[in-house]
Amino acid sequence: MNARFLPYVLIAPVTLFLCLFFLYPFVLVAKQAFSTGAGFTMDNFRDVVSYWKFPISMKNTLLLAAAVVPVQLALALLMATMVNKMKRGRDLVLYVWTIPLGISDLAAGIIWLAIFEQSGFLNSMMHGLGLIDRPVNFLSYQHPGVVFLAIALAEIWRATAIMLVILVAGIGLIPKEYYEAAEVFGASPWKRFTRITLPLLRPSLQTALVLRVILAFEVFAVVAALGGTLFPVLMGETYAYQFDLLNGGAAAAMALIILAISIGFTLIILRLLRVPKGATI
Amino acid sequence: MTAVTTQAPDTRRAGRTVYAAAVVLLCAWVLVPLYFLFINTLSSPDTVNSFPKPFVPEFDTGSLAFFAGFAGMLSALKNSILVAGMTMVMSILIGAPAGYALSRFDFRGKEVFRLLILLTRAFPLPLLALPLAVMFIRTGLDDTVFGLALVHTTLAVPFAVLITFSLFSGIPMELEEAAWTLGCTRLTAFTKVVLPLILPGITASAIFAFVISWNEVFAAAVLTIENRTLTAFLLQNLDTSPLHLKFAGGFILVVPALIFIFAVRKYLFAMWGIANR
Amino acid sequence: MAVIEIKNVAKRFGNYQALSDINLTIEDQEFMVLLGASGCGKSTLLRIIAGLETASEGEVWIGGKRIDHLPPKDRGIAMVFQNYAVFPHLTVFENIGFGLRMQKLPNDEVTRRVTRVAELMHIDALLKRYSGELSGGQRQRVAVARALAMEPDVILMDEPLSNLDALLRMEMRAELKGVLAESNTTAIYVTHDQVEAMSMADRISVMHQGKIVQAASPIEVYRNPAAEFVAGFIGNPPMNFLTATPAGTGQWQVAGLALDGPQSGAETLNFAIRPEDLRLSEMGMQAKVKIVEPLGAHLLVTCEVDGTLFRAVLDSDLAVKRGDTLTLTPQPDRIRWFDPVSTRAVA
Repeated sequence: MNARFLPYVLIAPVTLFLCLFFLYPFVLVAKQAFSTGAGFTMDNFRDVVSYWKFPISMKNTLLLAAAVVPVQLALALLMATMVNKMKRGRDLVLYVWTIPLGISDLAAGIIWLAIFEQSGFLNSMMHGLGLIDRPVNFLSYQHPGVVFLAIALAEIWRATAIMLVILVAGIGLIPKEYYEAAEVFGASPWKRFTRITLPLLRPSLQTALVLRVILAFEVFAVVAALGGTLFPVLMGETYAYQFDLLNGGAAAAMALIILAISIGFTLIILRLLRVPKGATI
Repeated sequence: MTAVTTQAPDTRRAGRTVYAAAVVLLCAWVLVPLYFLFINTLSSPDTVNSFPKPFVPEFDTGSLAFFAGFAGMLSALKNSILVAGMTMVMSILIGAPAGYALSRFDFRGKEVFRLLILLTRAFPLPLLALPLAVMFIRTGLDDTVFGLALVHTTLAVPFAVLITFSLFSGIPMELEEAAWTLGCTRLTAFTKVVLPLILPGITASAIFAFVISWNEVFAAAVLTIENRTLTAFLLQNLDTSPLHLKFAGGFILVVPALIFIFAVRKYLFAMWGIANR
Repeated sequence: MAVIEIKNVAKRFGNYQALSDINLTIEDQEFMVLLGASGCGKSTLLRIIAGLETASEGEVWIGGKRIDHLPPKDRGIAMVFQNYAVFPHLTVFENIGFGLRMQKLPNDEVTRRVTRVAELMHIDALLKRYSGELSGGQRQRVAVARALAMEPDVILMDEPLSNLDALLRMEMRAELKGVLAESNTTAIYVTHDQVEAMSMADRISVMHQGKIVQAASPIEVYRNPAAEFVAGFIGNPPMNFLTATPAGTGQWQVAGLALDGPQSGAETLNFAIRPEDLRLSEMGMQAKVKIVEPLGAHLLVTCEVDGTLFRAVLDSDLAVKRGDTLTLTPQPDRIRWFDPVSTRAVA
């Protein structure tokens, strides 16, 4: 076949597929969000935003992201640098650390439920240590702090691995000579980390953060498993609009709000971690 | 150099101990919660609901038997496998040619195409399940395994494109050209030279697609009613189902993940290294 | 008979003119080397002949048949690649036999031909190995054997020795020349290494900025460069240049020296002489020594003549040191003249 047309033939299936199942439904969501059956309107957005649960779920989602993402970033960086200089057992340790990558948010929620539920392992441990007499129902409205902590821990446990993988791959691309050069010039390990690893890792940090932050705004199943209705989040409300309240327009409006927040944060991250042209490895 | 030689040997040894301890601690952080799930799954339903909990499993298959016997659970498991299998096949069949095109050709519109792929990655895709539900009702795809597989393929195909792109880029163009000069057409050069070399990597990215589908909750819950997948089924019954059912279900969800990460561990980092660009 | 004719070939990549105006005939069984710096278009030309690249203009004929519209497999060529392109998933045997299998030759014929070329290239002990178990030099041999097994009319080689270390390269150079001479194929060989070109070629095509500047035998290219570029590119160290002004009919003034030269009406000419064609004498050009590099067999002396850097290769027994002033005379029959405007040689 002619080499001029071959690439287009090869990308045609994906392009068609994405147009049909990505762009087209996206347009539909937008259309539905801006209409209630009679022309263009902002009613859906007004309804959604003025609902009493909206500020709470917005606050919860943002708070969760603010608590989880920085911890994950620090943890992933720590793990990536530790793995980088590991000689023996590197493969095994990496395998263990990346296991959560394959675990769904729902399964992660269930796993941490085993720890925090009333007859769970946290209670059993505290009972064994003589700290409590009878099991405490941690995941109830009396302990909002513990609910938040449980959800945050489950999220950190589950989704640090994706950042770890991206960062390990990124660190692997940095040539060893840079570190040796810095060492010859007398840079301490900490200086080498802040002056060489971090700046050269910027493209990977970008990818990792963007991906992670977008996923943080989509948090849903972990919350459903651990907090249920105690801890409303944006995605959970979207689900509720669609199924419990059967209000498709409101659900679409929520979807667009989540999208807007995601895009906003993506742009901020890309801006903050901008890599100057020509300064790549 | 100076930093190393001026340090006293015991500070260095202390540093190494801290380092080793941190590695062990972080491994425990990942493994201990999994171990707890494991205990719960391999304990009888009574033990699971009792207090305090034992910290060793009693190797009772009661919970798993209950899970297997629970109405609808096995068919949900079957649906999950079917959807994930279809997603796996479709995303590779659709994604790999595009990955090949990206790695081998410079063509007009390449950047727009890459942007489209990256855009899907930067978008909360499960949200699209809502309008698709309407679209599927109109086309009769609603509540079918195939319909859900289509949505999951949308989720998985950008990854398939990027991963296969990086895999193909790892095969020197020279090998293909050599095959052409030795009597191959484009197609036979691909099947005789490129394909054998790339097969393990393709398998890894297929498994990746499988797990994306296997783990997906939101779209599955939105798009299926009678033909629930395992995730959708568990989510739907979170409020009402007993603890031992949740834990056994969670365990079944986790097992493929363990196998998956083990199977693709070699490719995980290479895949992301180039996919970052 | 495999005469290769390249007629008016040009190649553009977008706005970039990679090749223009290429006309070249390569005789049957000739060993032609395309020589030039990186980016001069030599590999592009080779790839156009192979069919891996399409020419923007022009025609390519092999053995009296126009082939520029045919896919690589139908051109009767075989190619050796810079990075060897030995298939990693096949054994050495299957690599060498790959092209024969594609032609669906019977098993015993494949075995016979693979064994023959493997012996020829001294890799018959490696036939069961995979490329990961071979050294660079062995992979190189497999690549050549694979091309020879095709018994092609034309064999194309793209910098095949550039990834080998110096000693191995020298050894392979001689061996390759011998094997190709015996195989009776026409060969086109791309390299940036002038020693390789000089030692192997029947004819060298020197390329510069997408054009063939000179196509001639190695000694001709060396002795009678057709243009200043060739003079400055071939030879290590390359030719020296000085500006000459007219001093009567057929007489030119160069650095205080009056020399016989071409009868030309030009305002100035460029005088050129190879460093090894200079002699120490009583009368001649005054050269101030800047750097002295003893090279064992010779002494390479970099001096300044008339404000221009000037190199001389002298006998290594001479005691020359930095700051000395030498008097150098060019060997008259080795002097060459170039037109400074057209940069072409003037007779």
